[in-house]
Amino acid sequence: MAWLELLSDYTFQNVVIGASLLGLISGPLGCFAVLRRQSLLGDAISHAALPGICLSFIITGSRDIGGIIIGSLITGSAAALIMLMLTRLSRLKTDAGLGACLSIFFAVGIVLLTYIQGTNNASQGGLEAFLFGQAAATLRSDLWVMGSITLVTLLLLAAFWKQAKLVTFDAEYARTLGMPTTVIEASLTAMVALAVVVGLQMVGVILMAAMIVAPAAAARQWSRHLGGMLTIAAGVGIVSGVSGATISTLSRGLATGPLIVLTATAIVLISLALAPGRGLLWGMIKHYRQKSALQQQQLLYALYKHSADPSRASPTLGSRRMFHKLKQQGYLTRSLRGATPSDDGWGLTAQGQAEARRVVAAFEELAS
Amino acid sequence: MATSDLTDTALSIKNLTVSYHNQPVLWDIDLDIPAGVMAGIVGPNGAGKSTLIKSLLGLVPSLSGEVMVHGRPYATQRKRVGYVPQRSSVDWDFPTTALDVVTMGLYGRLGWLKRPGRKERHEAQEALEMVGMSAFAERQISQLSGGQQQRVFLARALVQQADVYFLDEPMAGVDATTERAIIDILRRLRDAGKTLIVVHHDLQTVRTYFDWLLLLNVRVIASGKAEEVFKIDHLRQAYGGQIALLDDNESLMFSASKVK
Repeated sequence: MAWLELLSDYTFQNVVIGASLLGLISGPLGCFAVLRRQSLLGDAISHAALPGICLSFIITGSRDIGGIIIGSLITGSAAALIMLMLTRLSRLKTDAGLGACLSIFFAVGIVLLTYIQGTNNASQGGLEAFLFGQAAATLRSDLWVMGSITLVTLLLLAAFWKQAKLVTFDAEYARTLGMPTTVIEASLTAMVALAVVVGLQMVGVILMAAMIVAPAAAARQWSRHLGGMLTIAAGVGIVSGVSGATISTLSRGLATGPLIVLTATAIVLISLALAPGRGLLWGMIKHYRQKSALQQQQLLYALYKHSADPSRASPTLGSRRMFHKLKQQGYLTRSLRGATPSDDGWGLTAQGQAEARRVVAAFEELAS
Repeated sequence: MATSDLTDTALSIKNLTVSYHNQPVLWDIDLDIPAGVMAGIVGPNGAGKSTLIKSLLGLVPSLSGEVMVHGRPYATQRKRVGYVPQRSSVDWDFPTTALDVVTMGLYGRLGWLKRPGRKERHEAQEALEMVGMSAFAERQISQLSGGQQQRVFLARALVQQADVYFLDEPMAGVDATTERAIIDILRRLRDAGKTLIVVHHDLQTVRTYFDWLLLLNVRVIASGKAEEVFKIDHLRQAYGGQIALLDDNESLMFSASKVK
């Protein structure tokens, strides 16, 4: 009953649809940004959106979404362009260029924000909400704008799929095929700016970068094809958007944007650990198994080679576990006849002899 | 194709100069490479071998110079030129398969909106077959060895069915078996009338691999038939005297490596 009530709640509907749209656009575009090693470009663009938001408010005097979108697109793209020019023309590296652009534009934005707050304009209230987003304030009309941006962007991506893919994988080769790589790369960057615009209302300029990077990073773990990666990233984006929005509404008062980002991060962590083939956990298990198998083989090898000298077969504390494991497998026996405590009298069984011979043969084949 | 083959010069470069941060990387290059040869570009590190190929293809801006492919400006002849970049130039962790990478060689032919279909996949599969990689078609490219990645790049260029191929160190970091396989493929292409222009770093194999040679160190030191170019004074000029040619087995030694 509570769920039904929740689903018919106007604000909740708006927030959930908005969060889904954000996931739908930021996931796929994030994939391209991450694969082009430009994940932080999204961060620079989103921080640089703040001066645009403030400028549009100063000029239009209202919080109209159209003006805010145009303003943030202009300053966001300007930051991206300046960053690219800095790294092309000077000897500044990408990270330094990004860092400089991000902080300068954001600083200008904050200065403008405090200036606006100082003017005591009645309608300025809540402009600072764009810092961390204010999902609950999303209107139906905002959703139409966000929806159209998402639709147009995804259609463009589908139409120029080949070009986007090749430029991302090997831009120089794409140029030798006659593709206008600069235009394609600039469009991909501009689309990231569009994704940022969609996310302004939901998660705000500061955390927006996470919505670009996190779904893509999670999706890379699960996918073997670019198309699959984009689909999964969109899915991760939508799931984290919807669950973040739901948790926020149910908890009454916890901020939506950060919750969406935290959900996405949780999915990334799970993906990094558990994804088949690429997951860290499987890597660790595999490493441990190999290590243990090698120890076992080395032990059998040593026992077989030095069987004439039983005093060598007394286990140290560390290898004692391995001795017992081999005994369980039936490869070793332990005779306690009259030996000193240091000589536990471990010996190979017939089965152990056979296994050891196999190991020795394999080792010697490797060595030759 | 026959109409543009009025000249039997596959590649003609006039007055090419490239500089990077005010340092000349290539200076006043004049060069003609005849069609149907396997041409090697040889020179010391920093001689501008890769830069030469990249500036010909318009990937590096040049200060001056013009490039003609089979008698026409390169920009109009893109479809007749294939490029095999250095293996290290891309991120091999990109989520895709070997077959898909080879199919990328056909993107230029497909135009703006058409997607690769069954015909294109079939052609790509054939190119993989030629380089002995058909068993790896559906393999993730991150799981290929260095030599296999190099062959995939070669197949991507083969599928273009070009007349002139530029290869940037195709033998770098591959084992002897792969090197032989690659050389076999290149020889077959040359025998089919294609022109191959290969950046190469191993002086030991220059004489056996190439029938035409460019010795480069910022300027053209010498160019022409391999046996005329591969001479000790030319090599001294290019490598700065630290080189000796052992006549008995025609192998080379660097004086530096003799000291060790």
